[in-house]
Amino acid sequence: MVQYPSRLDSSFAALSDATRRGVIEKLWRDDASITELAERFQMTLTGMKKHVSVLEQAGLVTTEKVGRVRICRLGRGALDEEWAWLERYRRMWTARFDALDKVVEELKRKERNDGRKK
Amino acid sequence: MVERSEPAGARHPTSVERKSDREVVVRRIFDAPARLVFEAWTRPELFRQWWLPKSIGLVLLSLDQDVRVGGTYRLVFDLGDSKTMAFFGKYIEVVPPSRLSWTNEESDDGAVTTVTFEEKDNQTHLTFSELYPTKEALDRNIGSTEGLPEQFAQLDALIPTLG
Repeated sequence: MVQYPSRLDSSFAALSDATRRGVIEKLWRDDASITELAERFQMTLTGMKKHVSVLEQAGLVTTEKVGRVRICRLGRGALDEEWAWLERYRRMWTARFDALDKVVEELKRKERNDGRKK
Repeated sequence: MVERSEPAGARHPTSVERKSDREVVVRRIFDAPARLVFEAWTRPELFRQWWLPKSIGLVLLSLDQDVRVGGTYRLVFDLGDSKTMAFFGKYIEVVPPSRLSWTNEESDDGAVTTVTFEEKDNQTHLTFSELYPTKEALDRNIGSTEGLPEQFAQLDALIPTLG
């Protein structure tokens, strides 16, 4: 059985917010400054700083001051178990539900062919 | 860098949320009325077409679903080397086309699964929830989702091709 470290709890709390999940997804593609993140998610610098701080405490994000800009990167925590855990679970359901889409489309098509209206 | 965003196209995204220590919720929208989506969950010949997408590579040996309150279900998978694995339990709520709930009795600390189908503007907003008796049970069961790590290795290989 896989053992989960206790910091998983803070990670899950950090990831319970849609904006913070969006930040992680964005950082997965590329590093970004807090200003860029604030603009992308249409919120104030202060608001974004708070989100980043929660992610930082959970080990999901690290920040580094480069000149006058604070750059955010994925932290170790986002690259290993807990992120993998949620991603893996989501992937399984994505695959399942994409398959379910096809089954449902087929049911719709049959209904149309049978000439029955909903 | 690996592309992490949703595949392009008309597919709706699937979201996963750990709602509490004991509960995980998956959400998805389908472009169909609830009665059709519900049908795909409750008719064995339809359910088996999507629950384990072919590409996962696991073979469903048998599927029995007696979808009524108190009715049982049982899925048996082939794990290779003549090993099999069974998942079973019973339906505790069956409310067509809006709600379905069942127990998972293959382990002592299995979840209660609840699926809701909410129809809005000819779309179905589906939620799939697994509520475990304890936090530890969730960590143990979801962490190794259905105890089939190889399934995910295959899934991981598959996902880039889905887009």
